[in-house]
Amino acid sequence: MELISLGVRSIFIDNMIFAYFLGMCSYLAVSKKVPTALGLGLAVIFVLTTTVPLNWLIVNYLLKPGALSWISPQFAEVDLSFLSFIVFIAVIAGFVQLTEMAVEKFAPALYGALGIFLPLIAVNCSILGASLFMQGRPYSLIEAGVYGFSSGIGWLIAIVALAAIREKLRYSNVPKPLKGLGITFILVGLMSLGFLSFMGITL
Amino acid sequence: MSAQTETAVKAQPAEPLFSKKNRKLLVDPLDSNNPITVQVLGICSALAVTVQVKPAFVMSLGVIFVASFSSLFISLLRNTIPTRIRIIVQLAVVASWVVIVDQVLKAYVYDVSKQLSVFVGLIITNCIIMGRLEAFALGNKPWPSFLDGMGNGIGYGVILIIVAFFRELLGSGSVFGIKLLGADSLTGLPYQGNGLMMLPAGACIVIGLLIWAQRARNGYSEDH
Repeated sequence: MELISLGVRSIFIDNMIFAYFLGMCSYLAVSKKVPTALGLGLAVIFVLTTTVPLNWLIVNYLLKPGALSWISPQFAEVDLSFLSFIVFIAVIAGFVQLTEMAVEKFAPALYGALGIFLPLIAVNCSILGASLFMQGRPYSLIEAGVYGFSSGIGWLIAIVALAAIREKLRYSNVPKPLKGLGITFILVGLMSLGFLSFMGITL
Repeated sequence: MSAQTETAVKAQPAEPLFSKKNRKLLVDPLDSNNPITVQVLGICSALAVTVQVKPAFVMSLGVIFVASFSSLFISLLRNTIPTRIRIIVQLAVVASWVVIVDQVLKAYVYDVSKQLSVFVGLIITNCIIMGRLEAFALGNKPWPSFLDGMGNGIGYGVILIIVAFFRELLGSGSVFGIKLLGADSLTGLPYQGNGLMMLPAGACIVIGLLIWAQRARNGYSEDH
């Protein structure tokens, strides 16, 4: 039950896009068509679901103050948490590279659909952001996994919704300087207001 | 856009190193090639840290610092980086500079550092920095790269501060924590903050309108 509540909260209330604006760059750049948006969204879910628990293990067994005491009690004083940025980004970049190579080798069809988005994901703020949020919150390993997965779903919902609106928007008469980026921003603002209505839900 | 011209003027005093071309590198990203409103890079943090001017200001300084020095170092290393793993190398260089910024902020302005929370760490994945490293620093000499990084950092900072200015002014009636909008002269009631501006949605709408204003002025438009 706890896990479901965490999941729903990360999908709707703490939505990566509408509450924290994480991963905005690719969100705006790749949301012109629904199928590509869907592809990127799926890739984000996959990478989030795997890197957040991976980084959880690293934080809890390597970086946290006293985390190294499982090697020997004399390391109990060591605090490596200042290294977390470098380690997180190394894990994410390495993992993305690895996934890309694996997908290219074993599932060429999936690679064709997803491949171009994978390198983009290494620098998607929502991936690193989720790991950093995870570090600041007292999650267990399973909760970290659920958090990563549902944050990914929230991101997917957001990008597919925006892509669908932008496809319709092509037929509307927007003032010229507002076209493209400007109107998209205002749209995202209005969508974010819509998602605010989930705020009152307590689970 | 008085803030923009102000920064542009500050960048003017020419040392011998600031040739016309180099100056262009520094000044172009402030308006006509702005990283946020034209290149569409680095949006995430631009929206999230702009509720008040102070954190926005600190964040801009951090980004300017990281952008300039990572451009400088990547440019110094550009002939030794193998192309296949360049992304990881770039991320490692950027992350090292971000760690320095993070530690300095924690030591000297702890309250702002708490307010910025994860967004200091997210400078690593700020697309402005990666974008400039890919597009400029990998192919240019160290000094122009340094200026290019700094110019883009400043261009980012300018937008951040403009957005933060409007959000804080309308949202809580103050700028830099100093109350500007006082009591209503008719009713004597204190300034009623605009709740929309405090919400994330407010940032999107302000930045959308800002882009509209800028593009209406310089005639840039997207065709789609």
